[in-house]
Amino acid sequence: MNNLLVLPLLIPAVTAVILIFLKDRIALQRIISAVSAFLNIAVALIIVYQVKTDGIQTLFMGGWMPPYGIVFVADMFAALLVLTTAVVGAAGLFFSFASIGEERERYYYYTFFHFLLTGVSGSFLTGDLFNLFVCFEVLLVASYAMIVLGGTKVQLRETLKYILVNVISSALFVAAIAYLYAATGTLNMAHLAMRVAEAGQGGVMNVFAVVLLLVFSLKAGLLLFFWLPDSYSAPPFAVRAVFGALLTKVGLYAIARTFSLIFVHDPGLTHTMIGWMAGATMILGALGALAYQDLSRIFNYNIVISVGFIAFGISLATGDSLNGVVFYLMHDMVAKALLFFIGGLIVAVTGTEQLKQMGGLIRHYPWLGWMFFILALALVGVPPLSGFAGKVMMIRSGFGELQVALSLIALASSFVVLYSLIKVFQEVFWGGERGEEEIHPLRYKAMMAPAAVLFVLIILMGVGAETVNGYVVQAGTVLADPAQYINAVMKE
Amino acid sequence: MELLIALAIGVLFTVGVYLVLSKSLLRILLGTTLLTHGVHLLLLTMAGLKTGAAPLLGEKAETYVDPLPQALILTSIVISFGVSAFFIVLAYRAYRSAGMDDVEGSKGERR
Repeated sequence: MNNLLVLPLLIPAVTAVILIFLKDRIALQRIISAVSAFLNIAVALIIVYQVKTDGIQTLFMGGWMPPYGIVFVADMFAALLVLTTAVVGAAGLFFSFASIGEERERYYYYTFFHFLLTGVSGSFLTGDLFNLFVCFEVLLVASYAMIVLGGTKVQLRETLKYILVNVISSALFVAAIAYLYAATGTLNMAHLAMRVAEAGQGGVMNVFAVVLLLVFSLKAGLLLFFWLPDSYSAPPFAVRAVFGALLTKVGLYAIARTFSLIFVHDPGLTHTMIGWMAGATMILGALGALAYQDLSRIFNYNIVISVGFIAFGISLATGDSLNGVVFYLMHDMVAKALLFFIGGLIVAVTGTEQLKQMGGLIRHYPWLGWMFFILALALVGVPPLSGFAGKVMMIRSGFGELQVALSLIALASSFVVLYSLIKVFQEVFWGGERGEEEIHPLRYKAMMAPAAVLFVLIILMGVGAETVNGYVVQAGTVLADPAQYINAVMKE
Repeated sequence: MELLIALAIGVLFTVGVYLVLSKSLLRILLGTTLLTHGVHLLLLTMAGLKTGAAPLLGEKAETYVDPLPQALILTSIVISFGVSAFFIVLAYRAYRSAGMDDVEGSKGERR
């Protein structure tokens, strides 16, 4: 029992409720938001430390012992993701201070922001399938509001589609939960894992597994990403950064968790399926990233590619590849947030999203330019930056498992990432000066600060990969050996 | 009884999917509502219908109904209620300010 586990939910949730009452006092809203974000980071750090020293932490809500009642579980995987969420969330918050505009701030932007964080952290920490659904809904409802806030025509149009896709996938999620409950009589993930192992995962259990995979793929944008590039182009960059960094990753986390804990007995079907979905996602995402000439599309298809890449690691399901998944997930959350921060800065100084109308920014904004260049290298996986370690572990075990085709696709997708981002770099930062807008230097600096923090983080994660790896391996071990998770939850 | 409910769920799913596939925004809205109704009924049916007394301590019955699915449905209904309300308001707003009442008009302009 560890009551601390509820705080990553409680802090943002309480903050969000408080902020509702401070509608017109924007300065106060910002201060409270910032304090809450830092508190959240502190709590997440403590949780990571506790998991490191004492192993998997659990919290039985209301004292109901599992399998009854809702259980919160923090293994290293969940703890690390909660920490990354807290950090990215705080950075996103500070980026919003500088860029989101007073109108949105007045209309409960920060409230939705904190509810989003509640849902994301909850999804990582919960050990109950139905509670996972509830946390998904919390973050989705907040994301609906954040996409549409502002109410331009594009936003209205994209939000309608985004909600429709998610309502249907949520309906399928509940249906899958209903079937699983009928078949196993439990919804506690650890208990589910035991029951599925006893009953044998064949026939109808595989159907449930595939329905769940479908649901999570829709949320993660794994193969079923048709909604993603449009929806993520609608809101302002601060919102996109948080979405790109956190939302798809929650779907990936759910896939990683269910298919490393519950449905592990028929990898020939489920994991092969994830593998090929991942391959197709990487190829299609690559085509998209190459085809478009505007910033937001290229960035959005880069999200799709990395989703495919991480799913490739999940499908391999070796100890090494799961370590890679954990490492790369953390890297990608930070890097994608930074990518969209920089995108936001570029658009703020040029006033357009079309590459053809930009150019020559390196003269006035050298820091921005080189930051983008190094970030591109990090996303490709050039050592000593943060993307390298995760990629190496996944691709190495890909070849080790003789998944040559998929590994080659994964490698090739890295080159596409490199090409598409360097193309952006060339068009935006080189060439003649075009399309510059006046931006207040103070505002520029305020937007730059959170980006710089994440930038330093990317370099630190790369240079200190050995230290980070100590934590990552602990996370990967639990993923590779679900018995540890089950014992930690069911022991008492 | 289970068979009857199963048929009802099937009908709800069919009608829901049919409506979601249509062009009109209003039909799509109704379709998602029916779809979620179907899912809720499924959740209820999956635990078995009326297998014992109400799950209260004072009943002193041989067997009790499983209370968990009912708690789940309650949660799920509340969520779908909120989401539907938001969806309807959004569709209305899209209709009022952007003149959108079918998904044909909501295709993204390709760049």
